[in-house]
Amino acid sequence: MSHRLAHLGLALILALAAHGQQRPGARQMVRVQGGAYLPLYSGKTGKTEVKAFEMDIFPVTNADFLRFVQDYPEWSRSRIKPLFADSNYLRHWQGDLAFDPAIARSPVVNISWFAAKKYCECQGKRLPETAEWEVAAKASQTQADAGSDPAYYQYVLNWLTKPSPAVLPRVGSTFRNYFGVYDLHGLVWEWTWDFNSALSTGESRGNASLDNTLFCGGGALGSGNMTNYASFMRFAMRSSMKAKYCVPNLGFRCVK
Amino acid sequence: MKESKYHQISRIVFLFLGIVALGCGRAEQGNTRETQGEVRGEEEAILTFAPEVPPPITRDYPTKVIVKLDVIEKEMEMMDGVTYNFWTFGGQVPGKFIRVREGDQVEFHLRNDPSSKLPHNIDLHAVTGPGGGAVSTFTAPGHETQFTFTALNPGLYIYHCATAPVGMHIANGMYGLILVEPREGLPKVDREYYVCQGDFYTSGAYGESGLQSFDMEKALDEKPDYVVFNGKVGALTGDNTLKAKVGETVRLFVGNGGPSMASSFHVIGEIFDNVHVEGGTLLNHNVQTTLIPPGGSAITEFKVDVPGSFILVDHAIFRAFNKGALGILQVEGPEDKLIFSGQQDDRIYQPEGGAVQSMPSEEAKPAQPLSKEQKLELGKSLYISTCQACHQADGQGIEKAFPPLVRSDYFASDPTKVADVILHGLSGPITVNGKPYNSVMPKQTLSDQQIAAVATYVLNSFGNKGGEIRESDVARLRK
Ligand code: HEC
Ligand SMILES: [Cu+2]
Repeated sequence: MSHRLAHLGLALILALAAHGQQRPGARQMVRVQGGAYLPLYSGKTGKTEVKAFEMDIFPVTNADFLRFVQDYPEWSRSRIKPLFADSNYLRHWQGDLAFDPAIARSPVVNISWFAAKKYCECQGKRLPETAEWEVAAKASQTQADAGSDPAYYQYVLNWLTKPSPAVLPRVGSTFRNYFGVYDLHGLVWEWTWDFNSALSTGESRGNASLDNTLFCGGGALGSGNMTNYASFMRFAMRSSMKAKYCVPNLGFRCVK
Repeated sequence: MKESKYHQISRIVFLFLGIVALGCGRAEQGNTRETQGEVRGEEEAILTFAPEVPPPITRDYPTKVIVKLDVIEKEMEMMDGVTYNFWTFGGQVPGKFIRVREGDQVEFHLRNDPSSKLPHNIDLHAVTGPGGGAVSTFTAPGHETQFTFTALNPGLYIYHCATAPVGMHIANGMYGLILVEPREGLPKVDREYYVCQGDFYTSGAYGESGLQSFDMEKALDEKPDYVVFNGKVGALTGDNTLKAKVGETVRLFVGNGGPSMASSFHVIGEIFDNVHVEGGTLLNHNVQTTLIPPGGSAITEFKVDVPGSFILVDHAIFRAFNKGALGILQVEGPEDKLIFSGQQDDRIYQPEGGAVQSMPSEEAKPAQPLSKEQKLELGKSLYISTCQACHQADGQGIEKAFPPLVRSDYFASDPTKVADVILHGLSGPITVNGKPYNSVMPKQTLSDQQIAAVATYVLNSFGNKGGEIRESDVARLRK
């Protein structure tokens, strides 16, 4: 037991939440083989080719993120710039460096895109592109592309129709997929680099970004699989986001 | 109406995406609409759960009305013993009833609960503007959006979620009604109720107990397992029946959320004196059945002259008796034999003048006896249609009223007792699994084959010991 003791009362903890766990840099990653991704709404008509990449096997946990905040206090709850996160930032923590130890291994949520991006950069990694994330997420336990497996599809859909639990389970609590990646479905939503394609074109105000994505992109729909409700929902979720939003069921993981 | 490029695009987008819903541009009425008067004051709208309706508006001027609607995803009952993950406006299906006055300026707040898995939005058909508000209210979990519209056209309108995939959001219960009362108000009535039909697509068949998930294939095939009023089988029956007294006038605000089934809305034993056709201004009279499309509505009004149970149905009648689209309006008060006599006589009718009738010469061939598998299959559906209403889907019954069929010790030692009870009914005090019951089970009018099937099904379900009842056993018991 470390001697850096919690003096916060309650069952809160300090930095040592993560004591004894692997260093963030050492987070385990696995290789995800490349593949084709057909975006639901792209200006392009064809598929996007995704090159092979390395992906964190787990989403980033509260404990992981605590270490990051310790190293970069400007990303703590009290010091983050309002431009980079809305007021729900790390809302489920009890202070800058304190949360209920029960959630140490649960995915960190209430995190803005800016914070997620910064975290990955500080590990020498980056946020996955939507195409990369989707390629990794196509994999079931046994197949790299389970797109035509109805049981897998139903599993994904069932999770999407359930409200979020009050306490999120730990990372690794869902299945390990073909590539060795856990929790892409069944735990939390995850940020992607280009979650809102309008974002990369610069600052967007009001609903302009949404209109761009939905209407301009919509004019040239790559039809994709119109019955893939699960990917519709992921698309809807991503388009409802802005980079500073912090949402209680949205976390992230990094890639390289 | 001139079709702007915007509308063309948004229509395409709707087809594929659904964020923008139907009716994004409603025709301007221009000079037919007088000035609405100046908006004065401000109030928060009273919202109600079905079947209640907010009180009539007494104001004679437009005001700013603030509407706050919460999106809540939660597991609720679809039927006793059957649950489903509903997505709701306000915490129930249908969503809360909104009542405003023509000309009101409505400041609309959509609040998506932090526990929501998904973003949602709202398309109010009462809105003149893109997407009926859908784009302006696209709301992430734990967020709140706001927009303002003026209620230009009076009428009864559906609202619904229009987030992709829109069909699924509606199929999970995201719809409700908004009434824009005409400036002059609606004529006074004694009772107002809110009824909204919807169809549901579940992994299990109608009545299959436990948590059911959304079945996309059935939804695309438009083959619902449930067609219900107010979000649940039994939402308008039993303790929840609508009530009225003889001589009163009843107004039903009826909507249809769909997503797919049109409603042939009918009240058995009543004639609608007035119907606001399609929820609009056109008044029709003396209507038996009014058609309500998905995403549509109707206002029906009728005076109740005699007491009794008046049954609300979708007159596509299998839905009423096999999928749940059934409600009851209970009218109490004195009888009026002149309007309705009740049965006056029951005598034999012999079209051939009372002479001895010729009997069919060929004797009906006895049906092939069913195999045990066939009995179990037929028995299951018979159980759902005949027994389940009382003994419940899981066979647990209802304490003090309907005894359980789960591991029942009543027939454990003598399986033919099941067939006997179905055949002859049962009344008087009995004890089942240690609990006393003293009630009446009416005899069930089923064929020997059907009784053999359902009895065999009961014996082999609900943890009972198994066994089989033959048709010949039933025939013997019948004597
Ligand atoms: C209208 C309600 C109703 C319906 C419909 C109904 N039952 Fe019953 N059932 C009862 C009641 C009430 C009793 C108890 C009667 C008493 O108290 O004497 C009962 C008793 C029984 C019993 C004996 C007690 C026990 O729990 O073992 C059996 C067996 C049974 N019912 C089977 C059936 C089957 C099979 C069907 C469908 C074919 C059916 N019932 C339909 C109301 C109903
Ligand atoms: Cu919705």
